[in-house]
Amino acid sequence: MANRREFLKKTVVFTASALVTCSPSLHAQWSAENFPPHLLDDSIVNREIIDTDLIEIKLPKIAEKDVAIAITVTSSLENIQNIAIFVEKNPIPLVAKFNLSPELDAFVSARLKMTETSNVIVLVKTYDGLYRAKEQVKIILGGCGT
Amino acid sequence: MSSIKIRSKRLKENTQLRILIAHPMEHGSNQDKFTNQLIPAHFIRILTVTCNQKVVVSCEMGDSTPKDPYLAFMLKHGKTGDKITVNWLDNLGNIDSEEHIIN
Repeated sequence: MANRREFLKKTVVFTASALVTCSPSLHAQWSAENFPPHLLDDSIVNREIIDTDLIEIKLPKIAEKDVAIAITVTSSLENIQNIAIFVEKNPIPLVAKFNLSPELDAFVSARLKMTETSNVIVLVKTYDGLYRAKEQVKIILGGCGT
Repeated sequence: MSSIKIRSKRLKENTQLRILIAHPMEHGSNQDKFTNQLIPAHFIRILTVTCNQKVVVSCEMGDSTPKDPYLAFMLKHGKTGDKITVNWLDNLGNIDSEEHIIN
């Protein structure tokens, strides 16, 4: 009986510790799988990225640190598969990746936060290739920008 | 009460969908000011929007998304009576969904 109790106690402790230790690694795996920072590097992506002005990004020029910034992306590209928004200098750059169905217009609005002045990159994947547009946002500390 | 708010607006040809979700979106590297310990990660991983049971958007969210995420999409030729469903899944396995009918 004591053995069984001991066994149960151990299993509970073991599973609890496994859950605790696994969760950060799961988190890392998720980030690595879906939001790889190295995606920004052209050389690693095996497809060529084309800079285009067919993607329109609406962002403020100046914003505060770690405060939600509204972003609106519209595009006149056709056959869009997905739209990904990145902030270049954030620890994990990807804000969100939207897989759009053909029933949606090329219009996405979201919010993002930034730690320092950097470029916001929008990658649009179509059946023809990858397209990119950039916009810089200046981050200031405190409310009054000078 | 559901954590999701959905609003729709009929424009000339399209229908605009606006979604606001109440969620902490902690990415796991923020420190608690009083205890100096890391706040455990709690964020939305996947959000899907369906229109009449057909998936229109599936969105994978990252760590740069702030607290209480807001999203907007433009649906081509939305009709009155179309049923919009939004559901999300976070890293702790919580799920939530909300339905909305375009009027």
